[in-house]
Amino acid sequence: MARIEYREIEGRSAGFFGLLGVLALFIAAGLAAAWAMEHRGHVITGMTNRIVWGAPHVFAVFLIIAASGALNVASVASVFGRELYKPLARLSGLVAVALLAGGLSVLVLDLGRPERLIVAMTHYNFKSIFAWNIFLYTGFFAVVTLYLWTMFERRMNGYTPRAGLLAFLWRLVLTTGTGSIFGFLVAREPYNSALLAPLFVVMSFSFGTAAFVLVLMAACRWSGRPLGDALLARLGTLLGIFVAAVMYFVTVHHLTNLYIAREFDLERFLLWEGGVYTALFWIGQVLVGGVVPLALIFAVRTRAALAGAAACVIAGGFAQVAVIIIGGQAYPQDIFPGKEVSSSFFDGVVASYAPSLPEIALGAGGVALAAALVVLGLKLLPFLPSSLDQAEPAEA
Amino acid sequence: MTPERRRFLGWGAAAAAGAAAVTTLAPGLRLVELARARSPDEAASALQRWGLLIDTAKCSDCDACVSACREENGWTGHDRPATDAQWIRKVSLRDRRSGFAQTLPLMCQHCEHPPCVDVCPTGASFRRADGIVLVDKHICIGCRYCVMACPFGARSFVHEPTTGQKPDVPRGKGTVESCTLCVQRVDRGERPACVEACNRDGHGAMAFGDLNNAAGDLGRRLRSEPSSALRADLKLNPGVRYQSL
Ligand code: SF4
Repeated sequence: MARIEYREIEGRSAGFFGLLGVLALFIAAGLAAAWAMEHRGHVITGMTNRIVWGAPHVFAVFLIIAASGALNVASVASVFGRELYKPLARLSGLVAVALLAGGLSVLVLDLGRPERLIVAMTHYNFKSIFAWNIFLYTGFFAVVTLYLWTMFERRMNGYTPRAGLLAFLWRLVLTTGTGSIFGFLVAREPYNSALLAPLFVVMSFSFGTAAFVLVLMAACRWSGRPLGDALLARLGTLLGIFVAAVMYFVTVHHLTNLYIAREFDLERFLLWEGGVYTALFWIGQVLVGGVVPLALIFAVRTRAALAGAAACVIAGGFAQVAVIIIGGQAYPQDIFPGKEVSSSFFDGVVASYAPSLPEIALGAGGVALAAALVVLGLKLLPFLPSSLDQAEPAEA
Repeated sequence: MTPERRRFLGWGAAAAAGAAAVTTLAPGLRLVELARARSPDEAASALQRWGLLIDTAKCSDCDACVSACREENGWTGHDRPATDAQWIRKVSLRDRRSGFAQTLPLMCQHCEHPPCVDVCPTGASFRRADGIVLVDKHICIGCRYCVMACPFGARSFVHEPTTGQKPDVPRGKGTVESCTLCVQRVDRGERPACVEACNRDGHGAMAFGDLNNAAGDLGRRLRSEPSSALRADLKLNPGVRYQSL
């Protein structure tokens, strides 16, 4: 195979600085929001004692699982030896690291005491899946950095497949760990399913690939580099398969709730009577996040359709994470089976929640941080090939 | 004091108390006395397991326990029930089939296997040797995972700056808190404020005591009268038991 030539993006145009400027504004707004939340307390958010994890967690969890999925393309290239994707492996690693950094920043800045991050780094309760996740996340940075290094450093190229395999396994564990944060909540019916961890893994494949496709298309377009149709068509098919896989797991999840766990009340809430959560499920998650992208990818098959599909997957993904995190808390805990309950804590009622501006600003700041890291990375190091318009290699 | 140190001191005290009990083995009474009367600077000991027994049949529509707790522990709110701290709350129940109505106080159940302690990443949530589940306000990072894990909605996140704190009940914005079983009172040999108030008002629905002490009031009642644990299916073995539920 011909050597791939990688080049930094030029990064001197007005558009480049304009983009960075806009992202910087969003990041600043996110930081201001975090400062306000710490200063005045979480009372300025929409979160309550019933909905303790709100919009920031939706952003953070989305970004974290998308980070692990963004590594797909690199894994397919290094672990499964698909030459077609090889030129994209570096970018794939960059997007993964950037998304994780964005997600973790949101998670940390939403803490009640973010300045105690050092406490979280020095006091561990090894029974806590959350504590394990701290290792999984920091380890992910290390492993992906190592992986990138083997790709950048010519003498290390021979180790790329091994580093790629390590990164691949690590991110599977990482997403399983993230899913388990919810799976371990035994006292909340919506999370009481062993399917949650594998569901998170397929969600990560889908969201991460969608984010990667958008970054790739934007980067090539704005830096004027050719991007071949064959490659995009392949990426589209990959994305389509992941979207279908997520829909399959979601279906199985609800069916097991209905027929095996016999959680009729819960399912009635999620699928039928849950108001905004039901709407988010059917319109956001199923229609926008599933049906529309599948149609765009497999029926329309144009470049614009692929970009649209990826955007829809991301929008639907946010809806899905919101249904899981916020809908899962809104559904009342069943402390007294068979009884109608009422109290000053709103026992027995579906908790209401409306995200406030600071929460959204914090979350959007995390997305902007991830985007800014990608933009800066592309300028500082040769992540992107000069051209991605090669003919399709026979074996791919 | 870190939980490790606390636990260490707890073991030390348990060993010391055990040795003391052995030396005066002859009169059984003596042992009970030793187990109960603990000087304030002595560490918590696993010889005791503090708990509550709540008889819902005697619980009326008042909220004396809630006001007493608020007064004792200084968790005055801002009239925002969704975000205000609630260490204890009154819950009204109505049976879906029979329509039978009841009311009861609900607070941290001081589980033997507390899910909040299991999930806490830093170990800020911990269980004292004598069974009281607490949050170390110096280690809590405010992640709220414990609130997610609690089966009883017993934990509150402090959403606003705190004012009018009680000297022996530290609270802090951005950390999580819940019923401490009035640990400051228990350590002085007193009963929790809710129990005190309930009995003062003549309801007598709440009783406090040592679940390990078979000869004590609580132990005797638990042995001779029916009682139940909330969410018994989760096998948490809570220190709070209910009757007539
Ligand atoms: S909020 Fe505090 S006590 Fe609760 S799990 Fe997080 S660190 Fe532990």
